[in-house]
Amino acid sequence: MDMALGDREQAGNAANLGTRPLAIEARGLVKRFDDFLAVDGVDISVPEGAIYGVLGPNGAGKTTTLRMLLGIIDPDAGVRRVFGHDRPHDIARLIGYLPEERGLYPAMKAIEAIAFMGALRGLPLAEGRTRGLELLEAHNMAGAAERQIRHLSKGMAQTVQLLGTLVHRPRLVVLDEPFSGLDAINQGKLERLIRRLADEGTTVIFSTHVIHHAERLCEGVAIIAGGKVPYAGSVEAARDRIPAQVRLETRAREGAWMQALPKDTRREGDFFMFSLPDGGVEPLLRQLIAGDAGILSLSIERAGLHDAFVHIAGEAAAAELGDGAGEELN
Amino acid sequence: MAHTPTARLSMLRAAMVIARRDFLAILFSRSFLFFLLGPVFPAVVFAMSGGLGQAKHENKQEPRIAIQMPSADIERVLAAHYKLQDELGRDRIPHFLILDRAKGHAELDIDRALADRSGRIGATLTGTLDDPVLTGTQQRLNEWRGYVAMQLAVARDNSNLAYPALQTETITTSGAETKNRRQDTAQISMTLLFLLMMLLAGMVLSNLVEEKANKIIEILAAALPMDAVFLGKLFAMLAVSLVGIAVWFTGVGLFITLAGDVGGIGMVLAGMPTPGVGWPLFCILFVLNFSMGYLLIGSIFLAIGALASTVREVQTLSMPVTMLQLFIFFFASFVLVDGAPILELAAILFPLSSPFAMTARAAQDETLWPHLVTLIYQIAWVTLFIRWGSRLFRTRVLKSGGGGNRLPLRQRLLARWRKRAT
Repeated sequence: MDMALGDREQAGNAANLGTRPLAIEARGLVKRFDDFLAVDGVDISVPEGAIYGVLGPNGAGKTTTLRMLLGIIDPDAGVRRVFGHDRPHDIARLIGYLPEERGLYPAMKAIEAIAFMGALRGLPLAEGRTRGLELLEAHNMAGAAERQIRHLSKGMAQTVQLLGTLVHRPRLVVLDEPFSGLDAINQGKLERLIRRLADEGTTVIFSTHVIHHAERLCEGVAIIAGGKVPYAGSVEAARDRIPAQVRLETRAREGAWMQALPKDTRREGDFFMFSLPDGGVEPLLRQLIAGDAGILSLSIERAGLHDAFVHIAGEAAAAELGDGAGEELN
Repeated sequence: MAHTPTARLSMLRAAMVIARRDFLAILFSRSFLFFLLGPVFPAVVFAMSGGLGQAKHENKQEPRIAIQMPSADIERVLAAHYKLQDELGRDRIPHFLILDRAKGHAELDIDRALADRSGRIGATLTGTLDDPVLTGTQQRLNEWRGYVAMQLAVARDNSNLAYPALQTETITTSGAETKNRRQDTAQISMTLLFLLMMLLAGMVLSNLVEEKANKIIEILAAALPMDAVFLGKLFAMLAVSLVGIAVWFTGVGLFITLAGDVGGIGMVLAGMPTPGVGWPLFCILFVLNFSMGYLLIGSIFLAIGALASTVREVQTLSMPVTMLQLFIFFFASFVLVDGAPILELAAILFPLSSPFAMTARAAQDETLWPHLVTLIYQIAWVTLFIRWGSRLFRTRVLKSGGGGNRLPLRQRLLARWRKRAT
C-alpha cells in the first residue's frame, strides 16, 4: 500500500477527532539549526479537551516541535496557533509546560518552587502558595512543602515540578517525555492525573517514545520521524491503517481448501495468518467448511498502535523520511 | 478545574518575577556573604603593603655626600649649606657626611665608600674649595651637581647675600587648581566605577551558568519572553550590586568613624573638591551611570552565557570582554587627561564608555541636561543589547532535546570554519 506523503498526511489529518475547537493548530512548521533540519513541515491539530500524544524515536523532532508550539523558539516557516493565538507567550497563563530536562532551583523550598512556577504564569505568589499546599496535600507530600528541593528524592522533585506546571490551572498542559525517569507506580499515578485533567476539560499533549502510554491514554497522536509527521489523527484511525489479522487453526494440514486462503497467508506454527479480507471472513469460512478443512479456531486480531507505528514509520522510510536523526542538508 | 484568565504579564511585571526570585536567592545565599567579604581581602593586602611601605620609608636614610677637604674648607662649605638650607628648605638640598682628617677620620677611599652596601654615601666631595671634585654615579651627579656648585660658590665667595622679604598672600583655590582637582575627582570616580563593574559583572555570568546547570532556563523561556527573563536577571544583579555597594560604603564609613582614618581614606575623601554638579547630584549620577554601565556589560555577559555551555568556555569567552572593559577604562581615562572635545564626544557616544565619560563630566562640569540626554541614550543601548542577547540565547541555547548545544563551542566554531574553508 504505497501512498504519497501528501495523501498520507491528508488521510491522517482527516482521521476524525471530532468537531471540537482546536487548542493547537500547526501547519508546515519548519526549524533548522545551522545545517541541521530538525523539523520539516509538521502539521498538528489538537482539539480542546483531548489527550494527544506526539510519538517518535529520540531525535525525531518531538521536543523542537513542542518548543515551537509553545513559542520557546520560533519556526523558520509555517504557522502555529494556540487557542487561536499566534504568539503563545500572550496566553502563557493558559499553558502549563513540563520540559524533558527537569530542573528546579535546589535551594528553593518545594512550596516556593510551585508558587514561583505559578508566578511565571501570572498567578499571585500568595495564591500560588495556597494552591501549592493543596496540591502537595493531595499528593501526600504536605510534609515536603518546607523542604528544600535539594533534600527531596528525585521522584518527589519531579512531582513538585509537575505540580508547579499545574498550579495556575492551565487549559493546555504540555508534557515533554513525562514518563521518563519514573518508576511503574509513579507512571501509573501520572497516567491517572492526565486522565483526570482531561476529564476536567484540560487539553493534554505529551511526547513519548513509549507507545503503550500513548495507546492507553491518547485520543489522537502525531507520529513524528526524521522531523516529519507521516501521520496525525486519531489512535483508532492509526490502528485501522493496518488490516486486522486473521488467525486460523485447522485440523487438516493440507487440502484443496487452501486455494481459498488469501494470497498474503503465511504459516506460523500450527496457525495460518492472513489479513482480514475486504469482504469479511464469512465467504472464506463457507469455503473452508465446504473443503473440509476442519476449523479448530479462528480469531480476528486488530492491530495495536505499536504495529501501526512500525507500519507508518516503515512507509515513512520508503518515502525518504530519514532515519529519525534528522536530515543533513548540503 | 477553574482556569486562569488569559491576559499576559507585562514585560516589566514578568521581569520583576524573575528579578525578585534571583535577588532573594542571591541575597540569602552563603555566596553573597563571601561576595561582600570580597573587597576586604584586597583592602587588607593594600593596608599591609601600605604599612610595609611606611615602615620602609621610616627606615630609609637618604644618601649623603661624604666630604673630605681641608678643615677650613669644610667649615666654609657647612656654613654655606646652613645658609641655603634656610632659604631652600631642609629637604631640598643634599646633606653631608663630614670626614675631617683633622678630627681623626681616616683617608677617604672613594671607591670603597661608594661601593659600601649600606648606601649611606651617594657621592664624595674631595679636593679643595678652589679645586673641588664631586664623584658619584651619573644619576647622582645630575641630581646634585647644581646644588653642590651653588653651595661651593656661596662658601668660596663667603658673601652675605641679602634675600628680600617676600610678601605672600594665600587664596583658597584658583581656576587652574579647581580644574586639576576636579580632574582628580573624575579619575577617582571613574576608577571606582570601573572596579565595581569588574567585580560585579561576573556575577551575572555565574548566575546564568548556574541556571543552565539547573536546567530551569527552559521553564522560564516557555513562560516568559526571553527579553523579560534577561531584564529580570539584570535587574536582580543590579539590585544585589547596589546592596553590595551600600554595605561596603557603610562599612568604610563606620570603620573610619570608629577606628579613625586608617590609611588616610577619610582624608582623601575629605580632600576631594566638590564635583561640578555638587555632591548629592554627583552621587545620584554615579549610581545611574554605574547602573547603565552594569546593565550594558551585564547584557554582554548574558550573551556570553548563551554561547558557552561549560564554565571553562565561560572563562575563555569572558576574557576578551574583560580586556574590552580595561580598554574602555583606559580610553575614558585618556580622554579625561587629553581633554579634546571630539574624543570626549566619542567616549560619550560609544555605549560602553559612555557611563565613564559621563561620570567624569559630572565631576568637572555643572551642566545637567547632557546627563539626561545620555541616560536616555544609554537606556536605548541597554534595550538593544538585551534584545540582541536574548535573541542569541534563544537561537543558541534551546537547540535540541538535551537543552544545550550538541558540541563544545570550540568544535562548533572549528566545524563552521572548516565548512567555510571548503
